[in-house]
Amino acid sequence: MTMPYYASAEQVMRDRSEYARKGISRGRSVAVLTYADGVLFIAENPSSTLHKVGEIYDRIGFAAVGRYSEFESLRVAGVRLADVRGYSYNRRDVTGRVIANAYAQTLGAIFTEQMKPYEVELCVAEVGETPEQDQLYRLTFDGSVVDEPDFVVMGGQADAVTGQLRENFRTGLSLSDALMVGVRALSASSPALSGNGDRGLLPAGQLEVAVLDRRRPKRAFRRVVGAALGTLLGDRSAGGQAPEGTTHAHTPSAPQPGTPAGLGDPAAPDTAGGTGGSGEGSGPQPVPADGVGGGTDGGTAS
Amino acid sequence: MDGLTQSHTGRSGFPPAYLDRVGSSFTDFLAQAAPDLLPSRRPVPSVQAGDLTPHGTTIVAVTYAGGVLMGGDRRATMGNLISSRDIEKVYPADSWSVIGIAGAAGIAIEMVRLYQVELEHYEKIEGLTLSLDGKANRLAQMIRGNLGAALQGLAVVPMFAGFDLDAAEGATPGRIFSYDVTGGNYEERGYAAVGSGSLFAKNSLKKTWRSGLDAGAATRTVVEALYDAADDDSATGGPDPVRRLYPIVYRVDAEGAVRLTDAEVAEVADTIIGERAAAERQDLTEATQRGSRS
Repeated sequence: MTMPYYASAEQVMRDRSEYARKGISRGRSVAVLTYADGVLFIAENPSSTLHKVGEIYDRIGFAAVGRYSEFESLRVAGVRLADVRGYSYNRRDVTGRVIANAYAQTLGAIFTEQMKPYEVELCVAEVGETPEQDQLYRLTFDGSVVDEPDFVVMGGQADAVTGQLRENFRTGLSLSDALMVGVRALSASSPALSGNGDRGLLPAGQLEVAVLDRRRPKRAFRRVVGAALGTLLGDRSAGGQAPEGTTHAHTPSAPQPGTPAGLGDPAAPDTAGGTGGSGEGSGPQPVPADGVGGGTDGGTAS
Repeated sequence: MDGLTQSHTGRSGFPPAYLDRVGSSFTDFLAQAAPDLLPSRRPVPSVQAGDLTPHGTTIVAVTYAGGVLMGGDRRATMGNLISSRDIEKVYPADSWSVIGIAGAAGIAIEMVRLYQVELEHYEKIEGLTLSLDGKANRLAQMIRGNLGAALQGLAVVPMFAGFDLDAAEGATPGRIFSYDVTGGNYEERGYAAVGSGSLFAKNSLKKTWRSGLDAGAATRTVVEALYDAADDDSATGGPDPVRRLYPIVYRVDAEGAVRLTDAEVAEVADTIIGERAAAERQDLTEATQRGSRS
């Protein structure tokens, strides 16, 4: 028969922290950077369907590392909270701070009350009217929340990537430059590239890239995939400027910011507004054939 | 249930329902987390309430070669009063579909708002858009939920149209769905109208609409049908050049849903008014000439 034993609260918390840290450090890294027109998410992620980066609301994005099933359920909860608030108040009343607070409370409660803490680290990013209003919130497994300037790096090689970014990051970079800085930093410490001595750069197939573009009306989030990502990455090696705003995933609609008449006018954020009369933005179309919502459990740290 | 207050503040973290995997429908989620926000969960008045609330009227939709157009007049009536001259009754549902509403305006606009969130919510959670048929079916379920209120005079009858991204080769990509108060969902061929002036609008479209029209000609049939409806139905408003109020027209094509500018619609409406006035004047001149000869 086993004897019940005493463990100090300090010891319990330390053990849980260590457990969560171990889980997170097994995964690959994600970098979230501000750039001139918004916020750029770069994740090292070979899967094109199990996303680490997602849309929460019109101006709010989400990035996570750690155990997929855990951060996916947090992402869905964030989308629900944002949609319920936006529906019962107004779309303008959904802010990144509210979402970050809810995550912090939930993660904190799980960390202290449950046997196993969530092995996740999150970033909630909100794009504002001007670069000064952009917000990046970093949330850790114990529910602590930090408002970070410039960039956030999470995941296994976070320290190394952060070091790289400290050297090369400047505020107000263009999209292609910011992508170049971010991909270089991730590549420098990626375990996927450690085999060869000459460290190249991560190919497009290993990257999940998305932006919150402040120039887009209404829904600012859009994934950068396929040809658009290739163009941005290709121009990087040539040192040229990539055409910006060509980041569309689902070809039929590529509304330039502000163009569609009456659609997605940021000044009229809701349909019930009456005379302003805009409505759903012609938002970014998600990549088709994607099974994120499956809710599979037992995901591994990726 | 304390779900509502918690869900609104977000202060005490996510209530359990938020972390459950109940699915990707916003309405289903609201039914669990904050049922009082759903229009269909509210008690239905036991008296006829039809005359107490503004009613929206005529909506017209036509397909054309590149997609589909939907237009609505700007009038809302309350009994024999005009309660609004500039109400908007056609809304984008998402990037590739539009919804027009006839019936009790308050409930209808709330339903449109809920429907927009429903589509966007699915898109964000699943990472892909619903099929056009899926969207149409989802709307039918929301109408069905309003049946109790409909029987008390608060009926909402929408019309839904969109660009089918999965359309077979050779089929017209623009599709129109109409509904009845019980949630019946019918796909329409070519054109459709709903609301009090729909009879006259349909008669007009019967003469003016042909398959394979281009966008400009199809826009004209929409505006003309609304003009004809306003001619005979007191609850439908015609173009109002004095206040510069013209029908709302949305076009959905391969580029997505776009609202035509007031200037574009005004030009079409002015052309129609001009042509009809000219025809009327010609009749008058001919009659006068006949009269002076005899």
